[in-house]
Amino acid sequence: MALLRVTSPHTQRAGRRTSWVMLMVILATVPGIAMQTWLFGWGTIINIVIAAIAALASEALILSIRRRAVAFFLKDYSALLTAVLLGIALPPTVAWWVTVTAVAFAIIFAKQLYGGLGNNPFNPAMVGYAIVLVSFPVPMTQWVGAHELLSSGAIPTFSQSLQAIFQHLPNIDSYTMATPLDAFKHKNELPSAEAFNTIDALQTASLNSWLWINGAYLLGGVMLLWLRVITWHTPAALLAALAAIAGAFYLIDPSHAATPLFHLTTGAAMFGAFFIATDPVSSCTSNRGKLVYGAGIGILIYIIRTWGGYPDGVAFGVLLMNFAAPLIDYYTQPRTYGHQKAKKGLKIGEDN
Amino acid sequence: MQTATVFSFHGGIHPPENKAQSLRLPLGRPSLPNELILPLGQHIGQSSRPLINVGDKVLKGQTIAINNGFLSSFLHAPTSGTIKAIEERPIAHPSGLSDVCIVITPDGEEQWDTLTPLQHWNTLSKTDVLAYLAEMGIVGMGGAGFPTQVKLQGAHKHPLTHFIINAAECEPYITADDMLIREKTIELVLGIEALQHLVEAEQVIIGIEDNKPTAIAELNKVLSDRLSTIQVAVVPTKYPSGGEKQLIQLITGKEVPSGQYPADIGILCQNVGTCVAVHDAIFLGKPLISRFTTLTGDVLKAPQNVEVLLGTPISHLLDYAENDSKKLKRLVMGGPMMGFTLDSANVPIVKTSNCVLAASKKELPQPAPEQACIRCGMCEQACPASLLPQQLLWFSKSQELEKAEHYNLFDCIECGACSYVCPSSIPLVQYYRHTKSSIREAREAAVKSDLAKQRFEARKARQDAEAAEKEAKRVARQKASANKTTDGKKVAPKVTPATAAAATATPAGDDSKKLKIDLAIAKTKLKKLQKQLLAAQESEHTEEIGTLQLQANEQEKAVALLEEQLAKVEEQLTKAVASAPAASPKAPASDELKKAKVDVALSGTKLKKTQKQLAESPDDAELQAKVAGFEKELADAQARLSKLAADAPASSTAPKAAAPKAAVSDELKKAKVDVALLGVKLKKTQKQLADAPDDSELQAKVAGFEKELGEAQARLATLTSQAPVAQPAATASAGDELKKLKIDTAIAKAAVKKVEKALKKAEDLNSPELDTIRQQLQDAQKRADDLEKALANPTTVASSAAPAASAPASDETARNAEHIKKQKIAAALAKAQINKLNKRLADSPQDADSIQLEITAAKQKQQDAEAQLTQLQAQLTPSQDNTQENR
Repeated sequence: MALLRVTSPHTQRAGRRTSWVMLMVILATVPGIAMQTWLFGWGTIINIVIAAIAALASEALILSIRRRAVAFFLKDYSALLTAVLLGIALPPTVAWWVTVTAVAFAIIFAKQLYGGLGNNPFNPAMVGYAIVLVSFPVPMTQWVGAHELLSSGAIPTFSQSLQAIFQHLPNIDSYTMATPLDAFKHKNELPSAEAFNTIDALQTASLNSWLWINGAYLLGGVMLLWLRVITWHTPAALLAALAAIAGAFYLIDPSHAATPLFHLTTGAAMFGAFFIATDPVSSCTSNRGKLVYGAGIGILIYIIRTWGGYPDGVAFGVLLMNFAAPLIDYYTQPRTYGHQKAKKGLKIGEDN
Repeated sequence: MQTATVFSFHGGIHPPENKAQSLRLPLGRPSLPNELILPLGQHIGQSSRPLINVGDKVLKGQTIAINNGFLSSFLHAPTSGTIKAIEERPIAHPSGLSDVCIVITPDGEEQWDTLTPLQHWNTLSKTDVLAYLAEMGIVGMGGAGFPTQVKLQGAHKHPLTHFIINAAECEPYITADDMLIREKTIELVLGIEALQHLVEAEQVIIGIEDNKPTAIAELNKVLSDRLSTIQVAVVPTKYPSGGEKQLIQLITGKEVPSGQYPADIGILCQNVGTCVAVHDAIFLGKPLISRFTTLTGDVLKAPQNVEVLLGTPISHLLDYAENDSKKLKRLVMGGPMMGFTLDSANVPIVKTSNCVLAASKKELPQPAPEQACIRCGMCEQACPASLLPQQLLWFSKSQELEKAEHYNLFDCIECGACSYVCPSSIPLVQYYRHTKSSIREAREAAVKSDLAKQRFEARKARQDAEAAEKEAKRVARQKASANKTTDGKKVAPKVTPATAAAATATPAGDDSKKLKIDLAIAKTKLKKLQKQLLAAQESEHTEEIGTLQLQANEQEKAVALLEEQLAKVEEQLTKAVASAPAASPKAPASDELKKAKVDVALSGTKLKKTQKQLAESPDDAELQAKVAGFEKELADAQARLSKLAADAPASSTAPKAAAPKAAVSDELKKAKVDVALLGVKLKKTQKQLADAPDDSELQAKVAGFEKELGEAQARLATLTSQAPVAQPAATASAGDELKKLKIDTAIAKAAVKKVEKALKKAEDLNSPELDTIRQQLQDAQKRADDLEKALANPTTVASSAAPAASAPASDETARNAEHIKKQKIAAALAKAQINKLNKRLADSPQDADSIQLEITAAKQKQQDAEAQLTQLQAQLTPSQDNTQENR
């Protein structure tokens, strides 16, 4: 009998492969996607399909150029996850080539050029998002509004969404409006109370639609926590930091600053906290590190939203903290069993 | 009975327990196998030493191997039978290698050796009880096999707060301890009590996982019946709660400091199996010859626990448990988390075998292909040591050993929890094992290179010190001899040649004494080095051998140099002594010389022969000793030879005076050059030979050179013996002086060269002694110049010596003699002045011009005196001829 010679351990946790992890994250976005589709039309799903095709194609292309097993890597669903996250993040009516550009850049440049899965220092989806946000600012800021507030009175239908994405929808402007964050950012010197009364995008209907979307992503995030695909550290730290800094500035200047609740329930707050910032590859690795990392993103989101050039700051906040992640990792090592205290930094030769 | 509080530890996993399978059947007792294979190394530490021979009859429980050193154990025959073999057999070891085993063929009678339980164990001294436990072959049965008596001794370092009995048994599949507790509850408790008597801990706690309710109930029953103070701590089922460190944390809340042992924080852990073995040894007198082992896996139709004799082949047990060998794909010794795979079932059960897991492909499938680490952190959440496994993997893959160490890789207990949870199927533990061994190798290499560096630096420092010392000595000697030469020269014209010779002889004698001391020291050093070298070769310290060999070679060279110098000085000395009228008989000396030469040749041949043998087998201490002996002999013989050689020509000089000399002296010079040249060639070739001792061509060359050298030396000897015959005694003495000057010059030049070399070295090293060395260089150069100048004026010496020598011969006319004496004094005075001026010139080169003038004047004076002297001598010649004839 030919006996197998392997080193211990001889068993593995059944079923929890990398592909399972990726799939769980994808599935956890379903409530959010459903909510976005309900509120903003089919654009999001069409975007995701386009993104998925582009992502798998780019991944397969680069893998074959790199002479890697194409099927093996496509089956880990990591490219698909990037595509789904980008499809969600991009505006529902954005032209198809914007999506393709973002996805291709994310897969080819942000992921595969660094060595593929596990080797990318930056969150690929956010790199792709940032590229198109910087390159095509106008289509990137056209979001579908809440139907009560739209001049057309309804969200785009499936065919209208297709037309908007692949050709040109002549009356696109009747479907889109500023997001609450965008509107709040451009209220200029208007006091907050007045802005919430006068500006369309800051009306209850608009705020509620974003509240629902954020709630849906929160639900998905809780699912991931329950499945132990992610730990609570990053999202909790991110949301807490965002709420804390928003609260602090709201206390200082209630007339111009927005409430913490506004910051937590608009834009990509929940989506970013549970689905973007938790990307394990590019984030911090230890539990304490994740706390620092998450808090950093939360603070950066507020700073960019309030004083930066963009209405939302999740993408840039995450990318900036990606830079800092290795450094944070060195200073947030856990205390190992049998050691008096945790090691900090990397002072080689100073072992205790 | 009390219930202890239970703490928690970080991480851990909950793999499927799979414990029920092996608990369905009661404890099994397999039949005797055809043979029992008992590895000599069933424990941590040195392998046991067998006490029996092949063919011996042994009884059950008889000691068949005893401990081999402190960390070792005894081994006993598990049944009665015959020793079939003591040979290498495959054993159950992760390496898959074989080890020496005692193989017993059972006779089936199970005849026990006399059992002598340890009476009064609670009144005996603890050391005696520990020694008894050692003799009973008891080792830790949880997995490591650490000799129990050693562990118990170690536990006395600090007063024990906790004595923990490990019954957690957290690995999936294994139920041997569970079954042991159920079957031998009272024995276990008695064993614990005996051990507690030995270690006297404040608290005795049995740590057991909550998935063994039957065992817990049995324990509680016995403990409450006995009103025992032993507590039972039921810990939640979580792998690896049975790990020593984790169980300590669970029960005491304390952590064992990194790199230390539980005993360092007053905690001792023992496995339940060990406690039962202690009971059997103390109360029944039974040594450790059997153990409980779980036979499980879906390949076995009757998975169960068995009480099995040590040495039973696993194949026998698999057959007993109804193995379906077609389905068997993986055979694991130990549990699925930390066990290791076996290549075949023909390996024996040993003291630490707690489980045999025979799995099909379905039960333990091949590991999935490794994917990229996505740093999901599941491993980190699972790690019971709070490490960052994902970072450690990163460092392991990139071979960043220092970073891996910094991230506390060595606190990894290799429990496999990280690999178990890894979604990318990365064999993390294997990466860590590899990196750990890489780090260990790197550490060893670092230690080695540090040692080598230290040795090199020490050697360099020593060599420099020796060189400086030698240099200082040489300088001192040089000064002394230079002064005395001048003195001698000054005296020479006034006194008889004998006195002059004696005057030269004194410093030479001093020199020789000094040299002899140096030589003795150098020889002692050499001997010491050779001894060290021998020791190094014996213990196979390769780098040490190299260094020592080098040092020894250098020392040999130094000795040779000193010998040469000594010979030279002695030659000088004897010549000087011999140049006095008192001459030693020549014939016996020349006989002796011949004999000495033969001796040298003989011992040289012997030495060469032995060295050749040594080259073939460099580890032979006897040969080494022989070589050393021969070398000594050779050196002695050479010393004797050179002494004699120096004696012989010198002794022949004095009595014979005045003869035609030019031709002979020319030849003499030529012969000397030949000798010197050949000597150099010989040395060079010998050096080459030392580098490549097997080169027969080189050996032939050396032999040739040696022969040539011998011839040249012989020629030289004859010539030297002739030369003085032809020379007047006076010339001989003058020639001696000249020679001495030459030698001095040569030495001074050598000193200059050496100091220059040292200077260069010092410059390279930017050493602070630079100035001193420069000063030395200047001094040496000055001296060399001085001597050369003196040498360039041999006429001064010769002519001044000549009349002096002729003085005793010429007693023709008082007037002439008086005249000669006067002129002689004048010449001597002039010469002295020249010397003085020369010295001044050397000392103060800035007044060179004026001094040069004075020198010229003095030389003029001297020449005048000499001219007159020649005239006088011309008149004297006839009388001299007469004297010659008369003799």
